[in-house]
Amino acid sequence: MWQSTISLMSRKVLLDSNQLNIILHRLACQLVEKHTDFKETVLIGIQPRGIYVAERLEKILKEEYGLDDIKMGQLDITFYRDDFRRGEKPLEANKTRIDFIVEDKCVVFIDDVLYTGRSIRAALTAIQSFGRPKEIELLSLIDRRFSRHLPIQPDYNGRQVDAINEEKVKVSWKENDGEDAVYLISK
Amino acid sequence: MSSELSVKHLLGIKYLKPEDIELIFKTADHFKEVINRPIKKVPSLRDITIANLFFENSTRTRLSFELAEKRLSADVINFSAASSSVKKGETLIDTVNNILSMKVDMVVMRHPNPGAGIFLSRHVNASIVNAGDGAHEHPTQALLDSYSIRERLGDVAGKKVVIVGDILHSRVALSNIFALKLQGAQVKVCGPKTLIPKHIESLGVEVETNLKAALEWCDVANMLRVQNERMDISYFPSTREYVKQFGLNKRLLDSLDKEIVIMHPGPINRGVEITSDIADSEHAIILDQVQNGVAVRMAVIYLLAAKIKQ
Repeated sequence: MWQSTISLMSRKVLLDSNQLNIILHRLACQLVEKHTDFKETVLIGIQPRGIYVAERLEKILKEEYGLDDIKMGQLDITFYRDDFRRGEKPLEANKTRIDFIVEDKCVVFIDDVLYTGRSIRAALTAIQSFGRPKEIELLSLIDRRFSRHLPIQPDYNGRQVDAINEEKVKVSWKENDGEDAVYLISK
Repeated sequence: MSSELSVKHLLGIKYLKPEDIELIFKTADHFKEVINRPIKKVPSLRDITIANLFFENSTRTRLSFELAEKRLSADVINFSAASSSVKKGETLIDTVNNILSMKVDMVVMRHPNPGAGIFLSRHVNASIVNAGDGAHEHPTQALLDSYSIRERLGDVAGKKVVIVGDILHSRVALSNIFALKLQGAQVKVCGPKTLIPKHIESLGVEVETNLKAALEWCDVANMLRVQNERMDISYFPSTREYVKQFGLNKRLLDSLDKEIVIMHPGPINRGVEITSDIADSEHAIILDQVQNGVAVRMAVIYLLAAKIKQ
């Protein structure tokens, strides 16, 4: 049973843990280049899987740039999605935790995979419930280019990937999935 | 855990499974966070229209439902029997079908007759939420009561809850008994024998007629109002005697050697089932119940709306 399932799906490594590490460091460096001391900047990990990218970046910024008091939150976009009642299952929510003020701040959305852009569209609406940011930027670890449904592009980009719709890009994290890697899974 | 309710309507707690309650509470946790934001509104239900049909008076429940619906961005129409064609002799099905022909997806209904919601669910094509049907059930009240217990004490399972007062006429009592038992709490009812239904033990609850003994036993006391409007005969000699035997006051609460949580579904008759100093004390979570009511109703409506076909 297991074997037949595996043989039906092929799994290709897009990034191994080393490559992933280099990219995360480059993204952290780019963030510092733009935001310097992060006094007026807040990082928002998009639930459910953007929060892991955000946590890694926060760790690098802390350990390598000595930025100890970066404001980081988690934003769940479930109630703002445009496909409620269009999918087969109701959309289950995750925790939102933003315990600082976003009014007049520069907000950086952080997500693992940018695909159609609909999640980010929902996040743009969701964040308004917390105030009016001065500016919103987008950081995505993986950009599935040519598959956007909306005019949304990342400001910081880990790696661009060409994948067809039947394929899935899966980012694994050591703390959650046992290893750091990015896979391209096709059925 | 499933991410879907097992039911299409919320007609009573009787029809729910423990997983449904768990899902509603988990969803309500998220909505509680939402309603504490600067902007307390999400756009989830902007393509849903909800009719609030109140064939019986209500303040708290109607406002709470309406607020929950608006915070989910649903379109809302309100209807109360006093100003409607019901007075002109229209039947319930006709009234509701007329409203539904205006493309309404969900009906929140309070009705003086037990089973009105169930009846409607069999004859009209919309999701029905029972907001109280006679002396039968008031499921969202029981859900928000359990949610408030869970919030204050961490869990409902294993807790001892006593429901005090007019059990006979109370839909809140019945729904609460079902909900608490479903979640593994122990339940006692306490009140004048005339206001406790016969065979209530068959629901798995114990009867206690001594209020002090009941309070010594419990973790939570849910004080109900004496529903004079539903009483056709005298069930106890006088209000004064009721207060003496079943009214909760500070002296009684201080005489217990432990702290208990006091709940009341409202409206309170101050000085009858509960004195003002208790109702306004830190033991009482009456206003928490009201706040949680909005979050729990948002969860119920959200989860039921998810089951409406597009």
